[in-house]
Amino acid sequence: MTTHDTTIDPSIDPAGYHRGLIPEVVHHEPATKPVKFYQVGSFAVGNRLLPLEVRSVQSDPNRTNALTSGHRACQGCGEALGARYALDAAMHAADGKIVAVNATGCLEVFSTPYPETSWRVAWLHSLFGNAPAVASGVAAAYKAMGREDIRVVAQGGDGGTVDIGFGCLSGMFERNDDVLYICYDNEAYMNTGIQRSGATPPAARTATTQAVGDEPGNVFGQGKDLPRIAMAHEIPYVATASVADLRDLEAKVHRAMSMRGARYIHVMVPCPLGWGTAASDTLQIARLATQSGIFPVFEAEYGEVVASSPIRRQVPVEDYLKGQKRFAHLFKPKRRDDVIARMQAQADRNIRRYNLLPQGGSPDAPEATEGSL
Amino acid sequence: MQKPFAITLNLGSSLANHTGSWRTEKPVYVDLLPPCNKACPAGENIQQWLFHAEEGNYEAAWRQLTQDNPFPAIMGRVCYHPCQDSCNRAEVDESVGINAVERFLGDQALAEGWSFTAPTELSGKQVLVIGAGPSGLSAAYHLRRLGHEVTVRDAGPMAGGMMRFGIPSYRLPRTILDAEVKRITDMGVAIELNAKVEDLEAAFAEGFDAIFCAVGAHIGKRAYIPAGESARILDAVAYLHAVETEEEKPMLGRRVVIYGGGNTAIDAARTAKRLGAEEAIIVYRRNRDKMPAHDFEVEEALEEGILLKWLSTIKHVDDGKMVVEKMALDETGFPQPTGEFEELEADSLILALGQEADLGFLNGVEGIAIADGVVTVDGSMMTGRAGIFAGGDMVPAERTVTVAVGHGKKAARNIDAYLRGTPYAPAPKAPVATFDKLTTWYYADAPHQHRAHLEGARRASTFDEVVTGLDEQTAQFEARRCMSCGNCFSCDNCFGVCPDNAVKKVDIAKGYAIDYDYCKGCGLCVAECPCGSIHMVPED
Repeated sequence: MTTHDTTIDPSIDPAGYHRGLIPEVVHHEPATKPVKFYQVGSFAVGNRLLPLEVRSVQSDPNRTNALTSGHRACQGCGEALGARYALDAAMHAADGKIVAVNATGCLEVFSTPYPETSWRVAWLHSLFGNAPAVASGVAAAYKAMGREDIRVVAQGGDGGTVDIGFGCLSGMFERNDDVLYICYDNEAYMNTGIQRSGATPPAARTATTQAVGDEPGNVFGQGKDLPRIAMAHEIPYVATASVADLRDLEAKVHRAMSMRGARYIHVMVPCPLGWGTAASDTLQIARLATQSGIFPVFEAEYGEVVASSPIRRQVPVEDYLKGQKRFAHLFKPKRRDDVIARMQAQADRNIRRYNLLPQGGSPDAPEATEGSL
Repeated sequence: MQKPFAITLNLGSSLANHTGSWRTEKPVYVDLLPPCNKACPAGENIQQWLFHAEEGNYEAAWRQLTQDNPFPAIMGRVCYHPCQDSCNRAEVDESVGINAVERFLGDQALAEGWSFTAPTELSGKQVLVIGAGPSGLSAAYHLRRLGHEVTVRDAGPMAGGMMRFGIPSYRLPRTILDAEVKRITDMGVAIELNAKVEDLEAAFAEGFDAIFCAVGAHIGKRAYIPAGESARILDAVAYLHAVETEEEKPMLGRRVVIYGGGNTAIDAARTAKRLGAEEAIIVYRRNRDKMPAHDFEVEEALEEGILLKWLSTIKHVDDGKMVVEKMALDETGFPQPTGEFEELEADSLILALGQEADLGFLNGVEGIAIADGVVTVDGSMMTGRAGIFAGGDMVPAERTVTVAVGHGKKAARNIDAYLRGTPYAPAPKAPVATFDKLTTWYYADAPHQHRAHLEGARRASTFDEVVTGLDEQTAQFEARRCMSCGNCFSCDNCFGVCPDNAVKKVDIAKGYAIDYDYCKGCGLCVAECPCGSIHMVPED
């Protein structure tokens, strides 16, 4: 048996968790290191002025392209993009040695209609609800074979993660199995026709939460905040990320891959079909989500938040909502200022909870604008 | 091949599935006209030379710049930079300091001794350029690059025209001017000084195939002001000229009044102050809002202690004092007399009321039309007489150094076409890269880097340059603030954001290519292109 070179940071001892010590936060700096100015800084995918070693994985012409062309995702699919970003970064971090376990969902359906596949990584699909358990099993198998250099990544949509696979996921977390689980959250069951999931936001119209009655759309006060549930398991690493912030997403995957044990990354991926946005607006709408505070971007270790991405150009939640047909009933025929205010209150709470305006920005959201950033 | 139970098909890649067939619109790469380039009177490709400067490739930047304008070090000091007024970055934070970077490149070229390459193929044609000012020298430079023999004749004792006799040395040090002129003569352009041209027909007889007239406007306009015998009155152009050429600088006394509100009035006032006047007072009949002088020049003058007297006209001048009438603006913004008078102590009066061109040398040349004191030219800068072209301050246009340089370039290209007997067809202009075409999220926040100024009180007594240049690091930072409007700058966004991997990276020079077999036409690359250089077009 050979020992294989890995990229694991030796200072990280996930076993400590099981020895009964109080696990300590390892990193005190955010995963993302901002790139020096160079015209676009850290915001664009690449930059001809950057030294090669600090360029993003996606800017590399030889990136894995884990999800290759010809897949059947809709035009402008945020999930297809997010999955390629994440798996290419994981392949980069693990020197190409990963196995991906996929839950049922859009990502599986559009990528692998028998007998074709778009995956260019070792890829395994079993059921809707068991991806975390299958991944735990793959990790255990490799451990038994002495091949812990091969890393296991599990992935699924919000339905497979937050609802159907939740029991298996929680088990994977509490056992601290050596798996990185990535959830691509587009806030409903999209491939079956846009049904509400436990990650659907309040007031959103879906096939099962129609925009009718006094409280149109999804109900306030329901649903789950899975990143916080994951944190409650006190696993080594939990992070949220946005498909609109590539460098941050890549940095978080790299950091997660540098650690052992159960790790969880929750990536926001807008769905043009389900959200009612133009295919070309996918990244713009994802940016509005983070810049309004409705989707906080942060990372946590062993249950403690260690860093969050500050809002750069704050917008009111209204800017985020009004571009999406699933929220159209908040604006016509009658404007629902009461509902918009409740959504804004959620964003404001995120801003407080995750310190998203550290420069002491205005606690009050700015005036609604044309909705561009 | 033996297949497992219930498996009948071979495994295949989704590459077999050409999703490009879904598309109704397709993205295409375009180059748009950046607003800075559009605004530049000299037609510089600013975005492109900043692109090289961003990489630290200053020589390439300088060579790109000098394809259009041979005077970067001069421009970087005296140009009023309309490019910066139209810069899209102004809507994000502040305009890019294009002028400061231009000066850095110009100074760098002088320090490194970069020179222009002489033409390799000669046309055998000879062109006479009359006037060694910005327009004439620019035309000479461009004509030389195009392979013609060029002779420049100027009536004055030194080359530079208004760059020397109109712009004081605290704005344009003469070493800079001399060095940039020398680079043109080094290409093989002959400059003959103290050589006033009086007869154009004789010049043709001498063997010149075409003539470019750029004599400028050197005669100060006069206004009738009743004056006592000993009153000392002179015009600003003559005054600035004398300061430049004469050993004995003109002495104007303790208090000098300058009459006028343009940039020349400011230059004359600041020069008088430097030559020992205790007070220099600008008298202008309207208010500061209406003043034609540039705001920064007014600011600099105020910092140096120049006094400004608004809404006043000079009615009478006598020894040691003058009578001034207060004015009031009417509804149309025109000054009207109020009948209120006051006295102003003054030892001399400088009139800065505009300039006229001395067009006597065109008398009797058939076909040449003169209207409102300037020569009529057509779209190719040619006068009514075939083979005679004109530009700069002597034709109808805004009178700035940069406009003159632009005239020189345009005239040179048309003269070249005329000499070769082919019509000059400028490349069609691309649509303008307006702000709404950009996705400014991607540009890092970066404040404008300002050039340092000598302190007002310190500089007012010397002819040291008022504005200092940027160092290399700061100039490069400033260049990198450019958003490259409408032109790809290899940010890899399209390559990254395509959910279908349908954008291929060719290389830095060739940029990117779209694989239409798989492009679904979602338009994400278009929406996320920071600089607006991808467009959606309908499928055929």
